[in-house]
Formats: sequence, structure tokens, C-alpha cells
Amino acid sequence: MYTYILRRLFLFIPVLFGVTVFVFLVMNIIPGDIASIILGTEATPELKEQLRQEFGLNLPLYQQYWNWISGVFVGDFGNSLRTGAPILPEMLNRFSLTFELTIFAAIISWMIAIPMGILAAVKRNTKGDIGIRFVSLLGVSIPNFALATLLILILSLFFNYYPPVGYVGFLEDPRRNLEILLIPAIVLGTSMAGSLMRMTRSSILEILGQDFIRTAQAKGISQKMVLFKHALRNAIIPVLTIIGMQIGYLLGGTIIVEQIFSLPGLGQMVLTGINQRDFPVVQGTILFIATIFVTVNLIVDILYSYLDPRISYD
Amino acid sequence: MKEITDRLRKDKIGMAGLIGVLFIILLAFLAPVIAPYNPTEMFNQHRLERPSTQFWLGTDEFGRDILSRIIYGAQVSIMVGLIAVGIGATFGFIFGLLAGFFKGWVDNTIMRIMDVLFAFPDLLLALAIVAVLGPNLRNTMIAIGIVTIPVFTRLVRASVIAVKEMDFVLSAESIGIKTPRIILRHITPYILAPFLVQITLALSIAILAEAALSFLGLGIQPPHPSWGSMLSDARGYMELAPWIAIFPALFIILTIFCFNLLGDSLRDLLDPKLKS
Repeated sequence: MYTYILRRLFLFIPVLFGVTVFVFLVMNIIPGDIASIILGTEATPELKEQLRQEFGLNLPLYQQYWNWISGVFVGDFGNSLRTGAPILPEMLNRFSLTFELTIFAAIISWMIAIPMGILAAVKRNTKGDIGIRFVSLLGVSIPNFALATLLILILSLFFNYYPPVGYVGFLEDPRRNLEILLIPAIVLGTSMAGSLMRMTRSSILEILGQDFIRTAQAKGISQKMVLFKHALRNAIIPVLTIIGMQIGYLLGGTIIVEQIFSLPGLGQMVLTGINQRDFPVVQGTILFIATIFVTVNLIVDILYSYLDPRISYD
Repeated sequence: MKEITDRLRKDKIGMAGLIGVLFIILLAFLAPVIAPYNPTEMFNQHRLERPSTQFWLGTDEFGRDILSRIIYGAQVSIMVGLIAVGIGATFGFIFGLLAGFFKGWVDNTIMRIMDVLFAFPDLLLALAIVAVLGPNLRNTMIAIGIVTIPVFTRLVRASVIAVKEMDFVLSAESIGIKTPRIILRHITPYILAPFLVQITLALSIAILAEAALSFLGLGIQPPHPSWGSMLSDARGYMELAPWIAIFPALFIILTIFCFNLLGDSLRDLLDPKLKS
């Protein structure tokens, strides 16, 4: 187990390094001159040259990378080209919203998916099971932007309810904050629930078919006890992986939902950066999200090997 | 192969998925024949009209026929899906074969690059690539194609490593058959089944990604119809004219649902572990 964890940690660093190089290179092969993109119609050769000097765009690529990455290491992601404001404080600020939304959505999805998944497994091949499986596959197939749009439409047409706009932080006004995040969290939570439900069902089914369950049943342990004490414990491992992966996805994947509900989160920052061609912002936010994503995956893998010591590398 | 088609025929859910998928593909290929109107033609007197015998699914805010736009949108979805997955599957296949067959530094280099690509949530990676290349049809396909490469690479690599140690490959090697021939004749057929399943599932991911990018305004550009951008544009008018949002949403959901049904059934059919 420990060698696995060590090797996994050891691999984490080159991947992270690769991520920074990838993000940097992608943002630097942009067709066209960044200086003229920023200046637009006001571009004169002198202004462009001045801008290039200011952002170090005349330096060789490796030196630009070094300047950027050495800043990142001390928490300096550079400044926005549009507002001139430093990027890191804004990212952290926006991350708190994305984080809250993620947790909220995750809780909703667990509340739906885990009981339903268990039910479907226990009542295998009954009408209830088939119904739950159908709904969960449908859930996997509905993109969150379609669900969000339809939900907004239904709420406005039939209930005359419009999701509130104008975000306020949890500490300022907890009730209003939760009301604002409720519909987005339901959208994200239900779209996550489908795959989680499927995973819960299949992993419980797999465990229920194993010898030690049959032994427990043969000993005369009640069905409830078998399910909750023996089966669930073992079934939880693959479920946990899916949960971890989903949290990683959510942290980076709230882009669309934040956009639809005008929530000033990290995803919206990426999108605004892209639309305004504010490349330091795009570069910084994508690196930030990817780092979180990789870290969450690392934690999941370590947790997995802790829960299931049979896991080994290769 | 015949065994598989026979079993698929018995699997009602899988068949339903297959029929749905074929229907969408037919819609895409026959678009110029079956679409009642030009998808970009604006009927100024018929803005936001509800579904009628003249416009079966109604019209949008510019007076364009929604049915025609949905049919041409299917063309965009299927084309992006096929080409993007084609890119992903081809490169994934080559990288996976190289990594699995040669191991050592080739394997290490390829797989570390894949790890880096895996480090980004799918949509974010596609967004970043489109942002750099500029949003249009071609770049959408390239971006989504790149996003699907790592999954195929990992799949092919794992299968190749498993097959390579099997007796029939070892004996082929021992009688001096050349490497390319071993790969082509002995290894490729063996990994075809899981590869096919992955292609079906990747198609649903690619179609979803195109719709998502277009929804964000970073995929297919107007006036070309895409289900994603239709749905996004509809948001401004949907309380007046719900049909302009409902129908594109329905088609996105149904298409992805059918691909998933088919992919799921294929996986069950082709998974050797589940064979009884």
C-alpha cells in the first residue's frame, strides 16, 4: 500500500509539471500577435512594442515560461489584461462559490443516488429496478445545460418562479445565498446522480453475489444486517471513486451552470477570460482548475488504496 | 460477429437504442431532402409562431423553421461526432498500440502525455483548445477529437498488453512473424470489440461536447444550426414560445440517450466476463 501511495505521489509532480507546460504552450501558440489583439484598433507599432516589453513577450519562450511559473510558485498568477487586477485573489474569491455549489450539488446527488442505487440492487429485475435504471440512464443522458434550461422554463411557466439573480455570499445572507444556489445545485446534483446510481447498483450487485455474503446469509444473519453491515461496506469503495471523480469534475465543470445562472464562480471567470481574450486569466484559471482536479484524483486514489489494500501499481 | 448481431437483436433495449441512432444518422444524411425549408431562411411574417401544419415545430425569433434547423442540426451533431471520434480513435489506436507493444520509453512518454491530458476536465480542455484555435466547425471537431484521444489510448494499450502475453501471440512471435503482421493480424481483431463499445460511448460524449460548446457560443457559429446554440438562443424567448427551447433540448437528450442505450448494450454483449 505504502509503495503504491509513494509511487502515486511521485507521479503527481511530473503530471503537474506537464500541466503547466501544456497550459503555457497552448496559450502561446495563439494565432496572431497578442499585443494587437489586446490593443485592437488602437494598435500603433510603438504601443505594441511597449506592450510586448511590459509583458515580456519579446523574450524567448522558455524564459517567458520561467517568468510565469516562478510567479505561480509564490502565488503570483500575473494580472488581468483587462482590469489590471491580480488574478489569484479573484480566483480564490470565486472559488469559494464554486466550492460551495459543488458541495451542495454533491449532497443532493448522494441523497438521490445512493438510496435508489441500493434499492435497485436489492430489488433486482423487478419493475422498480427497471424503472430506476431507466431513469438513471436518462439522467446520464441529459446534459446539465438542457436540464437547466428546461427547469427554468417549467418553473417560470407553471410556478411563476424565477431563480433569483444577484449573488450574495453565504456569510452576508445565508438564506438568500442558499436560495440562489438551490436550482443550480439541483441541476448539477441530478445530472451527477445518474452515474452514481448506476455505480452503486452494480457494485452492490457484485458484492451480493460473493461467497462471504452467502456465508453470512447461511449463518442466519438478517437480510438487513447482511446488506448494511457486510455488503455496503464493501460496495462503497468503487462508489467512492465515482464520487471523487465527480467532485473533481464538478469543481471544473460548473462552467455552464455558472454561466446560465450568472453565478460569479471560477467557471464563469474562465469563460469571461476566453471571450475577452484575457490570456493570463485563462492560463491561470485553467491551471488552477486542473491542479484541483489532479489533486482530487490523487486523494481518491490514495483513499482507494487505503480502503482496498489489494490495489497495487500496474 | 454474427453471434453479436443475433444477440443484439434479442436485446430490446439495445435495439431501441440502435434504431434511435440510425434514425438520427438518417436524418443527418437526408437533411437536404427531408428538411421542409432552408434552415437559415427567415420568414419575417412568421416569427415565434407556434407549431402548425406549415411549420411543424414552430419558428424561432427570426422566423426560421425549427424543424429544418433541427434536421440540419442533426447533420452538424453527427458530423462533429464522427469526425471528432475518428480523430480520437485513430490517434488513440496508434498511441495505444505503440505504448502497449513497445513498452519502455515509448510507453512512458506516451502515457505521461496522456496523464497530462487526463488532468483536465473534458469540457475545460475542449474550451481551452477552441479558445486558442478560434471557434468554428473545424476547430470544434479538432478540440473534441483531442479530448477523446486519452481514453482510446489507455483502452488500446491495456488490451495490447493483455493480448501480447497470450499463447497465440507468443507462438506467432516464436515462428518469426514480423511485428507489423502480428499487430495487424493477431492483436487488432482481439481488441476490436472493446474498441467498438468505446467508439459508441465516445460518440455520445462528442455530441454532448459539441452541444455544450455551441451552447456557450464557442462551437458552431451562427447562422449555422446547432442544437446547442439553438437552445442557448431560445432562452431569451422561451417563455413566449416554449417550443423553441423544448424541441432542440428534446433532440439533444434523445440522441445522447440512444447512443448510451446502444453503448450500454454493446458493452454487456461484448464484455467477455459477462458471457455465459
